[in-house]
Amino acid sequence: MSASDNTPQVDAAAHATPTFTLLRALSVVSAICGLIIVGSYLLTLDRAKDNRRLASERAVIKVLPDAKSVKPWLALANGDVVPAGEGDPPTGAVRFYAAYDANGHLDGVAAEGAAKGYADTVRVMFGYRKACQCIVGFGVVSMRETPGIGDKIITDKDFLANFKALDVKLTEDLAGLANEVKVVKHGTKAQGWQIDAISGSTVTSRAVGKGINDAAQILLPRLVPKIDRLEKQ
Amino acid sequence: MSESSPLLAPPSTWEEFTEGLWKRNPVFVMVLGMCPTLAVTVSAVNSLSMGVATTFVLAASCFLVSALRKLIPKEVRIATYIVIIATFVTVTDYAIQAISLDLYEALGAYIQLIVANCLVLGRAEAHAARNPPLAATMNAIGMGLGFTLSLVMIGGVREILGAGAFFGFSLFGPNFQPWVVMVLPPGGFFVMAGWLLLFSIVRRRAQMRAQENERARAAAETSGACHGA
Repeated sequence: MSASDNTPQVDAAAHATPTFTLLRALSVVSAICGLIIVGSYLLTLDRAKDNRRLASERAVIKVLPDAKSVKPWLALANGDVVPAGEGDPPTGAVRFYAAYDANGHLDGVAAEGAAKGYADTVRVMFGYRKACQCIVGFGVVSMRETPGIGDKIITDKDFLANFKALDVKLTEDLAGLANEVKVVKHGTKAQGWQIDAISGSTVTSRAVGKGINDAAQILLPRLVPKIDRLEKQ
Repeated sequence: MSESSPLLAPPSTWEEFTEGLWKRNPVFVMVLGMCPTLAVTVSAVNSLSMGVATTFVLAASCFLVSALRKLIPKEVRIATYIVIIATFVTVTDYAIQAISLDLYEALGAYIQLIVANCLVLGRAEAHAARNPPLAATMNAIGMGLGFTLSLVMIGGVREILGAGAFFGFSLFGPNFQPWVVMVLPPGGFFVMAGWLLLFSIVRRRAQMRAQENERARAAAETSGACHGA
């Protein structure tokens, strides 16, 4: 190979950006970006927290309309019930909300359930009252069901009537629900623990039933024996 | 380039700004950023919010890329541009959570996906990296507004046909039978195709008119030359 053949390579090597320059560019950009991210996080943190709290309270008051104040609690895997603190809950803990009336007495308890619907997971919130051992309110936290079909679960009056007093009594030993919450074909509801499905929106109706059943099966056996602890707050 | 060779005058700030609004509209002309365009345009409000969020990310990223362009060697430019874009997407994500959780839920993962919107990286690479901050920012804002306008045009049609409303205001009363498919994913393709068709017809007509004018001028010049001879 002649000397002239090597010239482009020599030129390329001479024009290569020094490693220090590359590192400096990456470091400066990373530092600037880091400052911007941390600054915006600190600026928005309180507002975002308030928004999350307000959204939870709104969802609880929708299912327990007499509630005047709401407090988050955790039902731990070991069966204990404790007020929810900051940060992530421990593994196996179930978050629920105690709703208090104007006099500070426990009005009911609200919790979230979730199950796979037609398009995506349907997240629902339900209200529970100790006196009747039943679900007395229902609302949707989030869903992406087909507009005009699956989303009838929030507008269909017959379907919403299922949740005026849906039976979720526990067994004698308080180990689980005496009767599983079940979604039945439209017009065939015969028992208090059954949910009459919406004709044409069976998949979404089933998701609601399964979400409530799964959540109640875990939460109520932990909560009911210690529900008086919520009263004393 | 020699001094005597003709140079194109650099575009003015106003030209930079208007480029993306219509002439090089990101959605209807350049067909960029199709993922949010089709996914979040189920309503005019969602479209406007996504458009504003993208405009902010675009403008802030292009400003910073342009301001740092002399510091960033070409070997690491893509890495730095993506870090800058991801930074402003994160800022937008926090801001929307602080402004409205309902909006945050409605836009879902598409806020984070602005990082992968080829419009943003495309403008950073093709324009901001080669122009001063003012020109880069104005061009980015124009492109962002063009993107927002396109999204609202798609989202508006989908909301009107699919829900009988515009920006949440009911237009046709309670007896309106919604055309549900318009708020489902296929509706995004239908409306997008309709707008692209319209833009294509307008562009083609403008081209034909320009060609006809050109031909008429050439014919006039030829006849003038013959007459003169």
